[in-house]
Amino acid sequence: MTLATARGEKYLADFKALKEARPAPDWLEELRQRGWDHFNSVGFPTERRGNELFKYTNLTPLDRGTFEFQIGQRVAVSPETLRERAPWSDDWTTLVFIDGWYSEGLSRPAADAGVTALNFADAEDRQPLREHLARYATVDESAFMALNTAFLADGAYVRIPDDVQSKTPIHLLFVTTPGGSRATYPRTLVVAGTNSRSSVIESYISLGDEACFTAPVAEYVLEPGAGIDHLRVLVENEQTFHIGTTRVYQSNDSTFSSISFATGPRIGRNDLHTLLDAPGAECTLHGLYLTTNRQQIDNHVSTTHAKPHGTSHQFYKGVLSGNSRAVFSGRVLVEKDAQKSVADQRDLNLILSHGAEIDTKPSLEIYADDVKCSHGATAGHGDPAALFYMRSRGIDEATAQAMLVRGFAAEIADEIGVEALREYVQRVIEDTIPLLLAEAD
Amino acid sequence: MATPNTISRKSDLSAGEYKWGFVTEVEEDFAPKGLSEDIVRLISAKKDEPEWLLEWRLRSYNHWVKMAKTQGEPTWAKIRYPTIDYNDIYYYAAPKSSQGKAPESLDDVDPEMLATFEKLGIPLQEREKLAGVAIDAVFDSVSVATTYTKQLGELGIIFCSFSEAVKNHPDLVQKYLGSVVPYSDNFFATLNSAVFSDGSFAYIPPGVRCPMELMTYFRMNAEGTGQFERTLIIADKGAYVSYLEGCTAPFRKTSQLHAAVVELVALEDAEIKYSTIQNWFPGTKEGEGGVYNFVTKRGICRGANSKISWTQVETGSAITWKYPSVILQGDNSVGEFYSVALTNNYQQADTGTKMIHIGKNTKSTIVAKGISAGHGQNTYRGQVKIMPSAENATNHTQCDSLLVGDKCGAHTVPYIEVRNPTARLEHEASTSKVSDDQLFYLRSRGLSEEEAHHMIITGWTRDVIKELPFEFAMEASQLLKVSLEGAVG
Repeated sequence: MTLATARGEKYLADFKALKEARPAPDWLEELRQRGWDHFNSVGFPTERRGNELFKYTNLTPLDRGTFEFQIGQRVAVSPETLRERAPWSDDWTTLVFIDGWYSEGLSRPAADAGVTALNFADAEDRQPLREHLARYATVDESAFMALNTAFLADGAYVRIPDDVQSKTPIHLLFVTTPGGSRATYPRTLVVAGTNSRSSVIESYISLGDEACFTAPVAEYVLEPGAGIDHLRVLVENEQTFHIGTTRVYQSNDSTFSSISFATGPRIGRNDLHTLLDAPGAECTLHGLYLTTNRQQIDNHVSTTHAKPHGTSHQFYKGVLSGNSRAVFSGRVLVEKDAQKSVADQRDLNLILSHGAEIDTKPSLEIYADDVKCSHGATAGHGDPAALFYMRSRGIDEATAQAMLVRGFAAEIADEIGVEALREYVQRVIEDTIPLLLAEAD
Repeated sequence: MATPNTISRKSDLSAGEYKWGFVTEVEEDFAPKGLSEDIVRLISAKKDEPEWLLEWRLRSYNHWVKMAKTQGEPTWAKIRYPTIDYNDIYYYAAPKSSQGKAPESLDDVDPEMLATFEKLGIPLQEREKLAGVAIDAVFDSVSVATTYTKQLGELGIIFCSFSEAVKNHPDLVQKYLGSVVPYSDNFFATLNSAVFSDGSFAYIPPGVRCPMELMTYFRMNAEGTGQFERTLIIADKGAYVSYLEGCTAPFRKTSQLHAAVVELVALEDAEIKYSTIQNWFPGTKEGEGGVYNFVTKRGICRGANSKISWTQVETGSAITWKYPSVILQGDNSVGEFYSVALTNNYQQADTGTKMIHIGKNTKSTIVAKGISAGHGQNTYRGQVKIMPSAENATNHTQCDSLLVGDKCGAHTVPYIEVRNPTARLEHEASTSKVSDDQLFYLRSRGLSEEEAHHMIITGWTRDVIKELPFEFAMEASQLLKVSLEGAVG
């Protein structure tokens, strides 16, 4: 990766302030320091030339360091506000983080027997946290993982014990409040025990309109036979820079099914990587993005098949309007030993306006011969024949257009298994469709 | 038509070896090794070039020096090779006998050279039996002979070596040179612009359909030389031309650099069909030597309703870095790219295309087939870009990879950039090995494993091979077979 020169004095000051205000146990302190050192040496990847990972994404504003990092929660948020603005169900286990800090009052403890869902601060002495934290999202892989690690304080720690089939979805809710340009570094670690089942929802919501910088890192560890339904919801405001990283480590016969929904931010990046590190692992990575105005959603989805008999599916869909932009950069790497791998990759796009731009790059890198890999990408307007059919049946154009977009989005949205979350996402889609069509031409 | 004897000659040679690896003993005239402003001036002087061309070369040279200092060679391609020492290369090597001016007739050509091309299956004699292909033969840095110039001349078609074109048609050269690939385009194109030696030039006047295939055959001979040819083809309004390019090099354990530039210009209603069989020396089985092939090929459909079609069969070179592209500027223009790239032993290929849609109703088709065997690494890298002005542009891309053996790699890296909502793009790709079911079926019918593989691969590459002119298609098919020998079983 190529690197920028500016380091941002602001980030250093924040780092020092955190160190002083929230001292951590030695191992964590050391980890933070490593994170800082790496970030300090590489800086933000703002360079335009030869910067393949951020080829289409301009991160210069981050380098200016105008975001405020605060220590401890300062702004109160009412439970009613969360119910109204965020995905919510009283039946879920929920951990709420306000501006990066754990809110005990708003959170709801784990309902299922044996399931652990805690803030890092309450879990620091737990062995798995120490064992796994920053092992998959390593500090030296990218500036953003390093930066997040440097600011490790509160975070969500979830552990599903072996053989537990958890019925209650676990919701990790990260909220930014109005009244300032927040910099937050949400952190998540989920460890799913052998043959366990669980649903984990990560959502990122902004309550204000100010430009924020959200740089979350989430690590998922799946022990043999474990299954996780992962749902990621990104609905932040139009000024916000969201650079999210998810690293998934899969043992044999584990299943990771992910649906990522994103709309809203100025730049929203979803950097998701799954490592199929043992035979028989399977991942399904689906996503939906809706962009209007000047938004940009950047999905960077990759899978490494390291061992035989792995299966991966990448399927992302997007609707673009206004002067917005979307990037899909999919990658499947099949290593030499990973015989009998099966991989497919698809990115389908509906472009509604002349100002919008889609850049899609579904790439395959294959070093084993006994594999079946395929990919596909499409981009285009809505189907004129479908539109004509509906018009000829007396449906007005606006309604017909809305139906086309709704149908296109539903293929992904309807897959969301957690009902209350599916309804939330459908509601956001309904709210977004008029915006998409208003900027269509 | 042209070369039935070529085919038989090639196919009956012994198995598994590079058959074009012989060296021709001719006395050659070298410029001193290394690259400097003086060398650029020397090359220009040897060719007796006009002042404007020397200036263009020097401008390129200075730009290249700057590039070499600041960014170096492009590093984004999936290829690995030892650092190239640009001062350890001869930038100019010419057979002594061809000194001075171009041969008036074939009688003036050194018989040794005629024999070389004869041996390669490229007859330079204008025999009645072989009518139908006009050939420009390039040996190291110079064109040694061009056939059928007279017949073509009667139709107003200009087909000659680049050096002759500079002398006899300076206006055309000056107008179009660098108009598609500017001298500052990329590291290797810039290097070529500074030191290019010879190449072919073709101009088809308005409304003329070129009655025969035009062909250039490139032969690298001298050791330690780089080959930097430059080809420029212009199809004026309503013209049509089909152009073929073939290339071989001797068997050597040291690597040779080849950095060519090809520019195609199609004006209104014109069509250019450009076919390549690239068979530079691929290196030994252990990965020693071989040609480093860094080529910039680009065409522009400048006028409405024009068409440019690239077809390539890439079996040679240790390293292939090549992206024949089309800029679809004219409304309703069409760009096509058909490619088979094969890597065996330690060959590496990073190849693909770029389709840049600017005009309305422009259409592009990409069919790329990659075959990896041995320790070969084969990458398809392509870009389809739809600019905001390109209303109703369509693209269909299909790129498939086949893996033979478990030590090779096949990679697909498409970049699709769409900035117009009326565009329609479809991209499909797949990677797999030769199907066990198909192999079993053929084996049960009594075919050997090698024959079965060859039959499957022939079928699999048919979509591309059928785009080649007939006699070239036969040769390409044979070449694939020979190149894959030893990879199966």
